[in-house]
Amino acid sequence: MDFINAFVALANYVIVPGLAYGAQLALGALGVTLIYGILRFSNFAHGDTMAFGTAMTILITNGLLALGITFGPLPTALLALPFAIMLTCVLVLVTDRVVYRFYREQKAAPVILVIVSMGVMFIMNGIVRFIIGVRDINFADGERFIMSVKTFKEMTGLEEGLAIKTTQGITVVVAMIAVALLFWFLNKTRTGKSMRAFSDNEDLALLSGINPEKVVMVTWMIVAALATTAGVLYGLDKSFKAFTYFQLLLPIFASAVVGGLGNPLGAIGGGFVIAFSEVTITYAFKKVIGYMAPNGWEPDSLVQLLSTDYKFAVSFVILIIVLLFKPTGLFKGQSV
Amino acid sequence: MTLTMRNTLLVAFVAMLYILEGSTTFWIFSGSWDSALKMVCFALIGAIMSLGVNLQWGFAGLFNIGIMGFVALGGLATVLVSMPTTPGAWSEGGWQILISLILGAVTIVGAIFTYRWLPKGRMRNVLMVVLLILGFMAFRAVFDGGVAGVEAINPAATGYLGGLNWGGVNYKDLGWLTVVAWPVGGLLAAGAAWVIGKTALGLRSDYLAIATLGIAEIIIAVMKNEDWLGRGVKNVVGLPRPVPYEADLQVDPSFIERAASLGLDPVTVSTLYTKVGYVVLFTIVLLILLWLAERALKSPWGRMMRAIRDNEVAAEAMGKNVTARHLQIFILGSAICGIAGAMMTTLDGQLTPGTYQPLRFTFLIWVMVEPLGHWIAEITTSGLSPDNWFRISMQDAAAHFRLFTMGLVLLIVLRFSPRGLMPER
Repeated sequence: MDFINAFVALANYVIVPGLAYGAQLALGALGVTLIYGILRFSNFAHGDTMAFGTAMTILITNGLLALGITFGPLPTALLALPFAIMLTCVLVLVTDRVVYRFYREQKAAPVILVIVSMGVMFIMNGIVRFIIGVRDINFADGERFIMSVKTFKEMTGLEEGLAIKTTQGITVVVAMIAVALLFWFLNKTRTGKSMRAFSDNEDLALLSGINPEKVVMVTWMIVAALATTAGVLYGLDKSFKAFTYFQLLLPIFASAVVGGLGNPLGAIGGGFVIAFSEVTITYAFKKVIGYMAPNGWEPDSLVQLLSTDYKFAVSFVILIIVLLFKPTGLFKGQSV
Repeated sequence: MTLTMRNTLLVAFVAMLYILEGSTTFWIFSGSWDSALKMVCFALIGAIMSLGVNLQWGFAGLFNIGIMGFVALGGLATVLVSMPTTPGAWSEGGWQILISLILGAVTIVGAIFTYRWLPKGRMRNVLMVVLLILGFMAFRAVFDGGVAGVEAINPAATGYLGGLNWGGVNYKDLGWLTVVAWPVGGLLAAGAAWVIGKTALGLRSDYLAIATLGIAEIIIAVMKNEDWLGRGVKNVVGLPRPVPYEADLQVDPSFIERAASLGLDPVTVSTLYTKVGYVVLFTIVLLILLWLAERALKSPWGRMMRAIRDNEVAAEAMGKNVTARHLQIFILGSAICGIAGAMMTTLDGQLTPGTYQPLRFTFLIWVMVEPLGHWIAEITTSGLSPDNWFRISMQDAAAHFRLFTMGLVLLIVLRFSPRGLMPER
């Protein structure tokens, strides 16, 4: 019986990566949920908005590095992030003006908007691939670890090591800042309050003199910021590849729906639910059980519930189970 | 311009594109009848798929974007029917896998009945979870051994159960089995659609879209990773064909004689001959399905379906079971997609689950821009390519342009012709 080592092994392989991945999903799901709350459709182009933002960040980072500007121990991409957010804002606002506004004025059915957003998704996907290609790009620089396995072992003298990557730390910190800013904006500012009012009851909001075009514009800008941040954090933590971001759409949707579409708190909760279930179900528990079980009882098999290839399948099974038993999500979102 | 005239013009325009593709090397056209016929084959399969999609989207308003999953199941059926049985696979673990799958199914059915029959409360939930966990452990215990047994058999060439083809080494002689596989693919897709429809059809609009997409992803994930079933990403190649092989035709004296009497080169004729064979087979399937669809539309059943589509609430008030009819349509549409999927795998001669991408594929069918998209991508790239070097470096970009074009066509059609290129009267 060796609980401390078991816990450290679990933390190293499940808790820390799960937290970082959960934070990335939560930021992505917040964007989807905001669009759903205000514009009332599921935005399939979100994954590719993230990809576009990240691609811009990579280009600006390369530019900064060429000028010799770095961010010390932190990744240079964080310096490039604000500029990339601005560019992404321009992209989504132009898209809204050219594509979505027409359907908004028509009061088109949500399904039409979903199909339209898929068209936008293909176009953005094409643009991103055209700009930056389909390669795997690693753009994280600076210090690699906050704590490496070696230092942890030296510090504690334990058999198991615990590594925390800088990108994982940054992910959690940046996500917390972004969420705090978002909730402050939604709850304290005039525009944020009008957004919530618009989301709760559109007609009433219009009657009380809220300008819908302004609400929509602000929403798109916030979504662009959230999407770019989520994309950059994910890219720093793993790597950037256009196709991966396209696929990331699936767990992000799962997070938003599991938490309850239209509910920002739910999106965060859903992100962590999906992230942790993906990581735990595909993790081989052999080591952890080996430490917990009495001597000689160590299991022979990997004790892995499903192979890692089923990562996406896991998020969808959870999505479907939640939809069947609690159609409005775990945190009470809007129903369709 | 009347509607009939517009439709006729549209058809004539597309037909002209095919003829130009075959006859001239001018501008974007390749001047090869082989490539033109291949496109016709794809277009026929696409037409069958869009029949299925149209049934679901247009007729019942079921926004299913997981078409790819059913297409993939159809492809799997082709392998399961037409490939030879791997020697020893069933005795090494095939039965064990089958038993474990039955165990898994029994567990799920048991859990459903526990949920339905027992009174609400903590007791029921605990019992259900315990049942599921025990069932899963039993399933894995039996399943893993079987899989290991099957996948160990010559993994470089087989390592899977194989199909029902009894021809052994000469399995390619039984090419007609692939045609049998088409309706089997339909049945397989229909079975899956029944399970999915039972669980997901209660959800409407956005949620149904996301759920069906997810289910398609799951089906593809299973096909990619369960090597014992269809070799996963290792692909099954060399499927038998319902039409003769070009190489066989080229050494067949009577065929060479006939080609010579027409004054044609036997090599070219043999490739065209097989392609025409596919075109004929696919046209027959399409005509049968179209005839059935026409019949169904004109029957009382079709009238009921239209009534449901026009006004669901009113139809329900008249005593029609809307949910059951939706399930019916969902199964029928998926079955048609399964048939088309089996046909596509037959045409390709191989099953490659790695290339199946749910979202992109659904829209290729829906907008039906695959043949058009090919030329549009050519136009965009050839317009940009003044010399050969640039053209080669742009090859990579062509694929991206294709995605871009697809999105653009989708948006333009939705905006300016929201009822499609050939609107219903």
